[in-house]
Amino acid sequence: MSDTLGTDTAIGRQSQGTSRVGGAATPPTSPRAASRRRGRAKMRLEIALLSGPAILMFLAFVIFPVALAAYYGFYRWHGYGAPTDWVGLNNYKLILTDPAFQQVLKHSFMIMGLSLVIQGPLAIILALLLNQKIRGRSVIRVLIFVPYIISEVIVGTGWSLMLQGNGAMNDLLRQIGLGSLQADWLSDPKLAIWTLMAIISWKYIGFAVILMLAGLQSIPEELFEAAQIDGASYWQIQRRITLPLLGPTIRIWAFLSIIGSLQLFDLVYIIWGQYVSGTAGTSTMAIYMLAQGRNAGNYGYGSAIAVVMFLISLIVALIYQRVVLRRDLRGAVTEGTV
Amino acid sequence: MSATTARSWFSSAAGPNEPSGRRVGRDAPQKWGSPFTYFVALLFIGVCIAPVIYIVIGGFRTNSQITTSPAGLPHPWITANYVNVLKSSRFWGEFANSVLVALASTVGIVVLGLMVSFVIARYDFKLKGAMYSLFAAGLMFPMVIAITPLYIVVKDLGLVDNLLGVIVPQIAFGLPTTVIILVPFLRAIPNEIEEAAAIDGTSRLGFFVRMVIPLSLPGVVTVGILAFIGSWNNYVLPLYILNSQANFTLPLGVQAFSSQYSTDTAKVLAFTSLAMLPALIFFSIFEKRIVGGLTGAVKG
Repeated sequence: MSDTLGTDTAIGRQSQGTSRVGGAATPPTSPRAASRRRGRAKMRLEIALLSGPAILMFLAFVIFPVALAAYYGFYRWHGYGAPTDWVGLNNYKLILTDPAFQQVLKHSFMIMGLSLVIQGPLAIILALLLNQKIRGRSVIRVLIFVPYIISEVIVGTGWSLMLQGNGAMNDLLRQIGLGSLQADWLSDPKLAIWTLMAIISWKYIGFAVILMLAGLQSIPEELFEAAQIDGASYWQIQRRITLPLLGPTIRIWAFLSIIGSLQLFDLVYIIWGQYVSGTAGTSTMAIYMLAQGRNAGNYGYGSAIAVVMFLISLIVALIYQRVVLRRDLRGAVTEGTV
Repeated sequence: MSATTARSWFSSAAGPNEPSGRRVGRDAPQKWGSPFTYFVALLFIGVCIAPVIYIVIGGFRTNSQITTSPAGLPHPWITANYVNVLKSSRFWGEFANSVLVALASTVGIVVLGLMVSFVIARYDFKLKGAMYSLFAAGLMFPMVIAITPLYIVVKDLGLVDNLLGVIVPQIAFGLPTTVIILVPFLRAIPNEIEEAAAIDGTSRLGFFVRMVIPLSLPGVVTVGILAFIGSWNNYVLPLYILNSQANFTLPLGVQAFSSQYSTDTAKVLAFTSLAMLPALIFFSIFEKRIVGGLTGAVKG
């Protein structure tokens, strides 16, 4: 992610570059050379004053806890006093050999893959449709964003009430004559993961569509007109022009979706809870961490799980970056030849 | 100072509304587009909105209505559930906690984020790139992943079951997004303005306070809304940190309420819809800012 962002801002900087070159060097070229030294010190002080609080806060509550987890992960520790019971890599061995962890790992990766496969194409198609000149576009944009704005807790509470055995979903199916489709949406282990995927798609598709719409609007209209004049069909235009130019947006969305899937917690915890999620087959890594760490009072073990989760996310992100980076380079080359 | 801020805030808030309203008027004589598009759009909106409407309408029913016909409409409409929730001190206590936490987090995120973004965007020094990468990397540390060690840190600070224990980490975790969104905004302020201010004898800090803050208000508003909604909806951190019901924020309250009154579905639905209302109102007021801000963030 940092790389993609890096390239993005680099491009941004390039485009602003011409106007910035003169101004960027303002402090050194200030007319009074004698006061330059004093200016330097003053500038340092300003930098420290302005950036200090944010950086300290960030290091203390984001970076430091993760480092601390790496330390506690080597101990059997129940959260009181200093950890003394050094167990080496034992916690990690236990995690990786625990069938329950292998289960949640499988679920997390399934959710990650299915989110990409279900939401990606759907969001692109919906964005293409909604990008046409139709009435009420701004209203549509607001309404499809509503599920994303509502908190996971409320979404989970509402859906679990609707999907109960005697809930609204089954009642609705019966009323419209599809009674044979009634099911135990939440507790049937074969079905539960698909129910979860449906709820996840419902909650996050609006965000994906809004992102894609934003990406589509940044594509210059002249390109479509030129292609039309050249006799390209609608689908040819979408395939050859829209999709490649939408690439950066799709890749950013996919990254956000991947990270979000790997840390999925709220929805599952609200709808299924710590215990049922295990039997229904929807438990995630974060649920495992809560159950085995804080709720069991094993903070050493919980910290080790945090480290494993972090490493998995990091590895996935790095692999993704490699793939994305290569793709972006290829895109740049083809753009150059066109 | 405050007058300029208010003026530019209003003009920037009204800005995008006006032209879009006019554009709709200009588009009116144009053709409507294909019926298929409208059909899909309506279907999509229906799927998105129906569950929300179900929750809101369900609060107007009685439990026996819900039991006999789970997917039906209220008959008759009952306001007792909503009135009961609105009269309960429990709802308002949790509401107040949520507001306090969200406001404090938003102010912290915006103030600290704006300061550090200004440094990254407008100062030239060696560690600038490293500073930006630090915050960009922060996007890879979602709160859920860090929650167990974070809980230990908060516990060591003695802030468990204290609203500060939620506010302070939320500020820290809100900074990466803020920096990523605000830095391009601050970079885009023309250098001529800074030079003009310098010629007039304004120091950089003066430039920051008098020019940058008003000029970057659209970005600041976007960041502030994202921070507020993020805090309003945050569940995992309060779940770890807050133990006593007096300190619960609304998401925790909804969950506790729904497990406590699991047989009283109508009441749960009323509580739930009242809990989501503030975020929805907030969003519909500032919708253009959020969507616009996301657009800006994607473009980098």
